[in-house]
Amino acid sequence: MICQRGRPSGLVNDMNAKGTVFKYGDNVDTDVIIPARYLNTSEPGELAAHCMEDIDGDFIKKVKKGDIIVAEKNFGCGSSREHAPIAIKAAGVSCVIAETFARIFYRNAINIGLPIIECPEAARGIGAGDEVEVNFDTGIITNLTKNTSFKGQAFPEFMQRIIASEGLVNYINSKQDK
Amino acid sequence: MGMTMTQKILAAAAGLDKVEAGQLIEAKLDLVLGNDITSPVAIKEMEKFQNKGVFDKDKIALVPDHFVPNKDIKSAEHCKCVREFARKNEITNYFEVGEMGIEHALLPEKGLTVAGDVVIGADSHTCTYGALGAFSTGVGSTDMAAGMATGKAWFKVPAAIRFNLTGKPAKWVSGKDVILHIIGMIGVDGALYKSMEFVGDGIGNLSMDDRFTIANMAIEAGGKNGIFPVDALAEEYIKAHSSKPYRIFAADEDAEYDAEYTIDLGSLTPTVAFPHLPENTHTLEEISKMEPIAIDQVVIGSCTNGRLEDLRTAARVLEGRHVASGMRCIVIPATQAIYLQAMEEGLLRTFIQAGAIVSTPTCGPCLGGYMGILAEGERCVSTTNRNFVGRMGHVSSEIYLASPAVAAASAVAGRILGPEEL
Repeated sequence: MICQRGRPSGLVNDMNAKGTVFKYGDNVDTDVIIPARYLNTSEPGELAAHCMEDIDGDFIKKVKKGDIIVAEKNFGCGSSREHAPIAIKAAGVSCVIAETFARIFYRNAINIGLPIIECPEAARGIGAGDEVEVNFDTGIITNLTKNTSFKGQAFPEFMQRIIASEGLVNYINSKQDK
Repeated sequence: MGMTMTQKILAAAAGLDKVEAGQLIEAKLDLVLGNDITSPVAIKEMEKFQNKGVFDKDKIALVPDHFVPNKDIKSAEHCKCVREFARKNEITNYFEVGEMGIEHALLPEKGLTVAGDVVIGADSHTCTYGALGAFSTGVGSTDMAAGMATGKAWFKVPAAIRFNLTGKPAKWVSGKDVILHIIGMIGVDGALYKSMEFVGDGIGNLSMDDRFTIANMAIEAGGKNGIFPVDALAEEYIKAHSSKPYRIFAADEDAEYDAEYTIDLGSLTPTVAFPHLPENTHTLEEISKMEPIAIDQVVIGSCTNGRLEDLRTAARVLEGRHVASGMRCIVIPATQAIYLQAMEEGLLRTFIQAGAIVSTPTCGPCLGGYMGILAEGERCVSTTNRNFVGRMGHVSSEIYLASPAVAAASAVAGRILGPEEL
């Protein structure tokens, strides 16, 4: 959701994220983000209730609206289940920062409007419990606890338009309107 | 600079003469796929489109396969939602229980995917059809919805890694061992965002079922797709299964690759991926020097290894033998046609006499759905594709990924070993 070149104005209101960090390592897979035993539902609230259950049983008890997930390499690897970013978003998470994302998760997050940022330096420089603020318009990630900041990777304009439309479906609808 | 095989297919589908890695394109789709888990989410998204309805009722495949026959009421509701959508939109390729199979085994068998196609599927193992020289890749439900509505999808043109396969695999070495070896070598993000392009004269020594298995697990190395050149064997397969026109693409001589590896298939040995990542690979030789790894269950099936050749191999190992005392050995033919052929060849008799069970086609245990869930601390040798934490059941259970030959031998021994050690 980083836009170093600025965002189309008037489409999105509050473009900042601020919250406490939940920190994870490499290869956080979609099976631990939302185990398949819960995929007999697609209700965001029900999915959120089991978010991260197999990697961090405390996550759902502790997570507050606006909190941020920071992870290392290949976050969201494994299945194509869109239920994974849906569960994270519905749990209240405002942004996921990782060194790298698995490609299907990356697409899915953009398509449902969950802000994600690839930033290896931030992934390394932010720890569990840190207070972090992300400015989506400037791309600056600030670690308020450690008083450090990082520059996140920009999305191409094409993806910015999808995000600014708040998802792929609205983006396609808006193109058809023209 | 020339284009890779994947880039050529994408350029043609985007109506462009040339594309290069990193370019964003919009491509026409030949097929959009969904299953009983991902389609309900896509169907909900579809309802938001202003132009309701699907772009082409013949170019959508809906395959309830994960939790069918319905494992519980909620799954039944999901399946009902897919069934009703298929009826309402007159989807030609909706496969009800009795006709269905595991999607990635079923679609090539039904002739729905051919060389040169661009296919998206709301299932990560959609990359399987690269074995036929198609570009196919997994997406999420929203992309599936957009694909069903518009017949198009946006892609970032991938860079590629080239795997030059030479030589001939030894007895008991299969496509599964080849791909596990590769994932062990490059890691679970070794091909992140990239195409895995397989070339070389060793491909002639790989059956179509081997190639499906290899392309299937490209995603386990993070790959966007895995793709094979279309040789005489692939063409023969396509012609035998499909009346769709197909188009053969080949990489340019001067195509650029981010990395190249040469793998002598003759040097490979049976390989097993230990918990909890497909990259944690060990050869049987290494395993034979370790403390024995006792197991509780064996699963032979899935979109990775539930094809006829996989069942034949497992039956060859189990013939005249019996699974170890206390062992649960679950065999799942991937489609009805495979099931029937296995019956006619007497493979099912071999499995049952060996003390294994045979299930109707389902993804079931592979993703911890049903039909073989693991209890706390239990271990399973599985021919499936992922061994993540909790994937097949309890969070402390363990999955060892292996070929059908190793899985069947391990079922007999009660510990991980190969058929030659029986």
